[in-house]
Amino acid sequence: MRQPDGSSIVLTTKLQSMLAWVRKNSLWPLPFGTACCAIEFMSSVSAHYDLARFGAEVVRFSPRQSDMMIVAGTITDKMAPVVRRVYDQMAEPKYVISMGACACTGGFYRAYHVVQGVDEFIPVDVYVPGCPPTPEALIHGILELQKMIQRGETHYDRLSQKGAGNAESASI
Amino acid sequence: MQNPLPSKLQSLLLSSEVCPDGHVEMKVERSHLLEVLKGLRDDPACSCNLLADICGVDYPDREQRFEAVYHLGNLDSGQRYRVRVGLAEDDAVLPSAYSLWPAADWFEREAWDMMGIQFEGHPNMKRILTHEAFQGHPLRKDYDASQRCLMTEDDLMVPDWAKEDQASADDFETQILNIGPSHPATHGTLRTVVRLDGEVIDRAECEIGYLHRCFEKMSETHGWNQVIPYTDRLNYCSSMINGVGFALTVEKMLGIEAPPRAQAIRVILSEFSRLMDHAVCLGANLVDLGALTNFWYFFQPREEIYGLLESCAGGRLTVSYARVGGLSHDVPPDFEERCRRLLKEIPPFLDDVDKLVTTNRIFRDRTEGVGKMTAEEAIAWGWTGPCLRASGVPYDVRKAAPYMGYENYDFDVPIATTGDTYARYLVRMEEMRQSLRIIEQALDQMPEGPIITGDHHVALPPKARVYSEMESLIWHFKLVFDGIHVPKGSAYGFTEGANGELGYYVVSDGGGQPYRVKVRPPCFAIFQAFPHLIEGHMVPDLIAIMGSLNIIAGELDR
Repeated sequence: MRQPDGSSIVLTTKLQSMLAWVRKNSLWPLPFGTACCAIEFMSSVSAHYDLARFGAEVVRFSPRQSDMMIVAGTITDKMAPVVRRVYDQMAEPKYVISMGACACTGGFYRAYHVVQGVDEFIPVDVYVPGCPPTPEALIHGILELQKMIQRGETHYDRLSQKGAGNAESASI
Repeated sequence: MQNPLPSKLQSLLLSSEVCPDGHVEMKVERSHLLEVLKGLRDDPACSCNLLADICGVDYPDREQRFEAVYHLGNLDSGQRYRVRVGLAEDDAVLPSAYSLWPAADWFEREAWDMMGIQFEGHPNMKRILTHEAFQGHPLRKDYDASQRCLMTEDDLMVPDWAKEDQASADDFETQILNIGPSHPATHGTLRTVVRLDGEVIDRAECEIGYLHRCFEKMSETHGWNQVIPYTDRLNYCSSMINGVGFALTVEKMLGIEAPPRAQAIRVILSEFSRLMDHAVCLGANLVDLGALTNFWYFFQPREEIYGLLESCAGGRLTVSYARVGGLSHDVPPDFEERCRRLLKEIPPFLDDVDKLVTTNRIFRDRTEGVGKMTAEEAIAWGWTGPCLRASGVPYDVRKAAPYMGYENYDFDVPIATTGDTYARYLVRMEEMRQSLRIIEQALDQMPEGPIITGDHHVALPPKARVYSEMESLIWHFKLVFDGIHVPKGSAYGFTEGANGELGYYVVSDGGGQPYRVKVRPPCFAIFQAFPHLIEGHMVPDLIAIMGSLNIIAGELDR
């Protein structure tokens, strides 16, 4: 980068801040969509709301290629081991957005087969309320996650500060 | 109405009558059940070709605690039949109807899983909606709604045949492949285990229930109107249709009808929902086949329709707009204008997709002749809706048993004859255009007037009157605290959902909450034929077929 007179600009920053800046602007979502929220997730990535504007449109269904899991929809007891397995397969650093009332708390399904919030078995960074949340709400959630990544406040950051940023220590 | 049962059958029954909802209802002893079912199927006076539903109801106070209820229908005459069998708690075993209709397969498994009724002679009697480690039968009245049973990864279902083959070393040509539940083409929650012989699928089994959210149990603990938000989340791609279907069933039990304006609005929004549902189905099907552009094309009009729904009901996807007796509130003043604008805007999108896809060589090569279903097989498996019509059966509930004034609208029921994946695409495309026709006519004929019934046993009085009149205040109070008192009895209401016949079998004990709600989800019957459909095809065909069936997990698993 050069100034008009030809001299170069030097920006100084911490490696950590630069990494965070890079990470937050290229989140690759893994949509763990099970129910109604997945339809709203589809709306979010479609032309009208265009999640690409926020650098998070490269949807990957393979856990090994993605770093932001969006749990969109009700998770049942039958599904829970699958969610956990997929989460474990994601490489660090990884973030989780819990989209919608069901993923956050079980929603209005206080019932015999429904997990009462995915934070029962995976660490969640951002909770997006709504049944289902509008695409605007989801985008807001992603922006919040970006801020958290920049500030170093995600679960991943907390665990890596303790000196153990590997997958096993992410178990809660 | 005359009792249309032949005398040969009548001698086997405990009793029979024609119900107010038009169904011929029979009570029968367990020992005669199969004979009666067979008679209903084969006797030319009945010739029930459709087994619509099997469900269990629990009456803890009765001597015969359980009751199994079979819903049968004749697709040609439209006559419906209901067979009831009582069962004692310590001997809740019935003969399986699988040999008569393959459609009984999953419905019987569900009755076992939910209610604990065993079916003798069923080829694969095990749990279906809950998991292997589950204890008890959740829809029994003595099962606590919040009692969970946790499962671990070791409890994941693997079919017995899959276990055997993996163990034998000399079978190196066959291979077991697990597809789903977390797979982009299985739409989140469907799982299929297949055995491949080379590249060809030679055996398959589906596992469902990954989205079993206990809709039926939740319905039993909520008031009649409170069930409607739950119904929205059955087929969440067309939530309006579900809520309307439930409201119509309860209205049938109450013996009331929603005012004409409410019916017209229900028709308009239901048809828009059907259009959206088909758009998601086709869009997702095409994405799975690698045609991403069409997905964007389909999602643009969807956004516009969402905008319309939001302006009416406040919600985009899950609208909760229907109420027992009408609608929650009137549409905004610019409703008609917006609808008319949509009617102009949507056809160009459909034309675009038509031009890109319908004669596309790649698409046709991948879909023509793939996943074929003959008309007889489709009916035997309990198929309804666009998938059945693609096999050449012109059965549409809107024509066969019109409701909400569908008889006043001029529209066609598109059919195709080949019954393959391509035919299902064509039928859905044409149905979207027919929906637009219906909407246009409904707009032209839309009457003025109230949007909810004036019967204050059912609908809340207007707020202004609640604040100014003693009587209205009392009605308000009674309705909020006690709920609607639906007369004791049961009814089966069925409407044309986006995927086919969406039925609600509702039992009331006269209280403010439903005693039992059983949904007959169209997907459930369709998806149980899936292993049969994919045998002999390759894995990429499986993806094409699954997309064309439009399996919505919320409705499938409830």
